[in-house]
Amino acid sequence: MRDFDYVVPKSLDEAVARGKQAEHRFIAGGTLLVDLLRLDVERPAALVDLNAVLSERISWAPNGLTAGALARNSDLADHPDVRRELPALSQALESGASPQIRNLASLGGNLMQRTRCAYFRDPGVAECNKRRPGSGCAALEGYSRMHAVLGGSRACIAVHPSDMSVALLALDAIVRTRRSQGGREIAIADFHALPGETPQVETALEPGEIVTEVFVPASGFSRRSAYVKVRDRAAFAFALASAAVALELSGEKIATARVALGGVATKPWRALEVEAALLGRPPTRETFEAAAKLAANGARTTPHNQFKVELARRVVVRALERAAA
Amino acid sequence: MTAVGKGIARLDARAKVTGKAQYAAEVPVANLVHAVLVTSTQAAAKVAVDVKDAEHAPGVLAVLTHHNAPKLPGAKTKTGPVDRVLQLLQEDEAPYNDCPIAVVVADTLERARAAAERVAVRYSSGGVQTELRERLAEAYAPKTAGPREPADSSRGDVPAGLEAAFVQIDATYTTTNQHHNPMEMHGLTAVWQGEQSLTVYDTSQGIFGVRKKLATVFGLAESNVRVISRYVGGGFGCKGSPWSHLALCALAARVTGRPVRLVLTRPQMFSLVGYRPRTIQRVVLGADARGKLTAVRHDVTSETSRLDEFSEPSALQTRMLYACPNVATSHRLVRLDVPTPTFTRAPGEATGTFALEVALDELATALKLDPLELRLRNYAERDPHEDKPWSSKELRRCYQQAAERFGWAARRLDPGSQRDGKLLVGWGMATATYPAKQSAASASARIDREGRVLVQAGTQDIGTGTYTIMAQIAADALGVPVDRVRFELGDTSLPETPVSGGSQTASSTGSAVQAAALALKKKLLALGAPLRAPELDLRALDAWLAQRTEPEHRAEARTEEKAERKRYSSHSFGAHFVEVKIDADLRQIRVTRCVSAFAAGKILNPKTAHSQYIGGMVWGIGLALLEHTARDPRNGRVVTRDLADYHVPVHADIPELEVIQVHERDPYVNEIGAKGIGEVGITGMAAAIANAVHHATGKRVRDLPITLDKLL
Ligand SMILES: Cc1cc2nc3c(=O)[nH]c(=O)nc-3n(C[C@H](O)[C@H](O)[C@H](O)COP(=O)(O)OP(=O)(O)OC[C@H]3O[C@@H](n4cnc5c(N)ncnc54)[C@H](O)[C@@H]3O)c2cc1C
Ligand code: SF4
Repeated sequence: MRDFDYVVPKSLDEAVARGKQAEHRFIAGGTLLVDLLRLDVERPAALVDLNAVLSERISWAPNGLTAGALARNSDLADHPDVRRELPALSQALESGASPQIRNLASLGGNLMQRTRCAYFRDPGVAECNKRRPGSGCAALEGYSRMHAVLGGSRACIAVHPSDMSVALLALDAIVRTRRSQGGREIAIADFHALPGETPQVETALEPGEIVTEVFVPASGFSRRSAYVKVRDRAAFAFALASAAVALELSGEKIATARVALGGVATKPWRALEVEAALLGRPPTRETFEAAAKLAANGARTTPHNQFKVELARRVVVRALERAAA
Repeated sequence: MTAVGKGIARLDARAKVTGKAQYAAEVPVANLVHAVLVTSTQAAAKVAVDVKDAEHAPGVLAVLTHHNAPKLPGAKTKTGPVDRVLQLLQEDEAPYNDCPIAVVVADTLERARAAAERVAVRYSSGGVQTELRERLAEAYAPKTAGPREPADSSRGDVPAGLEAAFVQIDATYTTTNQHHNPMEMHGLTAVWQGEQSLTVYDTSQGIFGVRKKLATVFGLAESNVRVISRYVGGGFGCKGSPWSHLALCALAARVTGRPVRLVLTRPQMFSLVGYRPRTIQRVVLGADARGKLTAVRHDVTSETSRLDEFSEPSALQTRMLYACPNVATSHRLVRLDVPTPTFTRAPGEATGTFALEVALDELATALKLDPLELRLRNYAERDPHEDKPWSSKELRRCYQQAAERFGWAARRLDPGSQRDGKLLVGWGMATATYPAKQSAASASARIDREGRVLVQAGTQDIGTGTYTIMAQIAADALGVPVDRVRFELGDTSLPETPVSGGSQTASSTGSAVQAAALALKKKLLALGAPLRAPELDLRALDAWLAQRTEPEHRAEARTEEKAERKRYSSHSFGAHFVEVKIDADLRQIRVTRCVSAFAAGKILNPKTAHSQYIGGMVWGIGLALLEHTARDPRNGRVVTRDLADYHVPVHADIPELEVIQVHERDPYVNEIGAKGIGEVGITGMAAAIANAVHHATGKRVRDLPITLDKLL
């Protein structure tokens, strides 16, 4: 850890302006950033504290949920409207980290969290394109049990570890931000970036741009949603594979389906082929199994993470069963 | 008024939970500065270290590397079989990854860390070999298995026994690296008094070993080195031997002329203080149609470093656990570019019982026999290896009581035959065993004119309850209430005792404490003290003490293994019965029920004993299902470097653990009749879980940990 400045901006605009300066980093709950500082992975010149300029507010209206970027993961998970109207979101949040961390972790920070790739988190490893662009990727030929089977590139196969973001993807959330030109809205599907040749670019945000709130629309499927996460131990572990699903039924048939995967891809992953295969079918185990076969289409595996292909299928089936129940 | 046998809460508990207890890296010392280790990022490499940048960083007092570190004549000396070869900046080499290559000393910890990040290192590395499986051709026979036992054993005629067998099992089991990861990381504060005298506040399971090591490394008289370790936040074996950081901190203190504190980081805990080595174990069993063993072979290969030899003695229990006329075992080692492994809770037995007890389960399956019945049919009525009677053995009762409590009789023989909705249910069992050891120990006891008793021995309390049980033993021996007794430990200026390892503290130090208290009592009685009555009259004793002219009465004692004991074989035993539930689709494995019974001689304090047993069992769950240190074969670097990546069980992984303490009287093992309880709890546990997983799924996983991908 090195010396750095600590800045408390007086307004959102000042925060944006500060955030644009070289080596300035935003801090919200700090559960991730402080960790990376201590590991010497992040070496900022200054931290810009967002706690004074963002909102923690969570409010439900007939058209959907609006939550301030500072809403704590625990408050969001435990909000009665969220539990009732957006069960997948509540379940995803509660499956993440530990109660202590969730009490501090913010909605914006969770969206923006960095990968858990062990090579990324160890500055003693020279090759990591995400940490040092152009240096190579230690994981490709290394220990890759936790790594992505979908959305990877020759430059990076790191998993995006957020549970919450997977639920937001299934629920068509919209991320609202502030940059120097003013506010804008980014669909969650466009928010996280594929690594491609530039794995250091992780989101659609521009330098200095701040997540201010997230909107989750009420929809025909948002209530019938579920999140299932499979991990090595019973709690306090990142996903080996997870699925957020949402269903709208019409009579005996599936009218709309949303299936998003976590733990297996470089960004929260929409399984569009699975969704298509569910449409117009009865919500039965046979339907789910047949559709889930497509969950990891196009997967590129290593000997360590090959199991995730089958696991992803099974976790999709389980999540669909939960949502349909 | 007996205190021994009562479940007294730990006497150190209040100090710990209120923060009063001072650990090695908290002791207030004037003029203190801080050291940080820089460790290598390559293995099997030559290093060139550039410290210019670091030396000029703010607050830096010294940067030590192999270029400038003082030469230490004793740097490479091993002081005994459990001592380790250290890396003390004497050479331009990094034999393993994360090896110490520089020490940065600065006025604050933060500045030392910041400067350490500026140390630049160049490596020239040849090939790195860290894969045990790939180097089996290089396996060699070590001098011993563990510190003392012969590497190989043979009785009877194994080939003939196999020839005669009705069924044979021949399977290979593998276990992986585990790290102890005590909550309190290794750390110390080193203070020199002049050139020739050193005081160290350390967190240690063996302060006398630390003293000897420091004296050897720095060429000091042992009497000029004092090591203090009053509280230890867990050890599990990794604090049993002195490691490199210890001497490097003392070196930094000598070079800077300041007291120096050094605490390892969690990632450094994965390379600098030992670990449980990987093992590959082949077990061959032969049995007749009724399940009587006709032959047993157990061949173990494990890893060690190129610097030093540590041999995981995983086949020792196979020599004595079951009655079988034909048994052969062997231990082999492979040298790799890894750090030196070390004792890890139940070294040998933890991994060895996994192989042996799963093999027995495979045999039971092959014979369509209940696994418990198979064990009873091969019950050893005496130690078949040493050919001696047991000093005591209530294993049969352990089996019976735990099986009954668990409801084992309702178990269906066929795998996959028990279900609970979407969950597959499996029941498994295994035997637990760990040898009872005793080493020479000494202690002193004194009573002052106010009737306060002070008992002292240098020993360590590694969270096991030593403070408490020693006070209990002394109180009973002297015949006074336990609240009259204060027990002091953790200081080499107190009477010498052995390392707190091998489950031997109660038997070794306990015997010495009892002898010292008895000697004091004898002295007092000879002086006419009113101590004789079965019901002690404390007021009479106090009155007598108050009118004496001596400020205090004092006695000392030294004890060692009784000659008579050599005629017997002594082990703690136990049995685990475990239920697992496995999600039929997702394959997540949860231990849902566990009943274990143990017999370990006299139980001095059922409360602290219970904690030791369940602590061992929790580790067993970690060993079976979770714990795995991944090493990158390209450079030998540990990838799972923190407790988010290295999974120990969390609360949600642990069901109610039921422990039955089976009464066992052992007149031979030692003066106090207690065997060890610290390690037996983990033994057999991984096998019981693996056997339950097989019972649930029909799938036999022979490679630990059993993660869900192995069941997909
Ligand atoms: C031990 C551990 C286990 C965990 N397990 C899980 C898990 O199982 N599942 C899971 O999903 N997560 C898990 N997490 C991650 C956790 O969810 C994140 O650490 C947390 O959500 C980050 O929120 P924060 O407010 O503390 O972010 P901070 O640490 O403050 O910031 C994180 C990042 O986001 C940026 N940032 C923060 N707010 C904004 C904003 N409004 N606009 C723009 N950028 C912003 C920061 O600059 C920084 O780069 C775990 C974390 C830990 C430490
Ligand atoms: S997977 Fe990505 S984050 Fe991990 S080492 Fe490779 S480039 Fe770095």
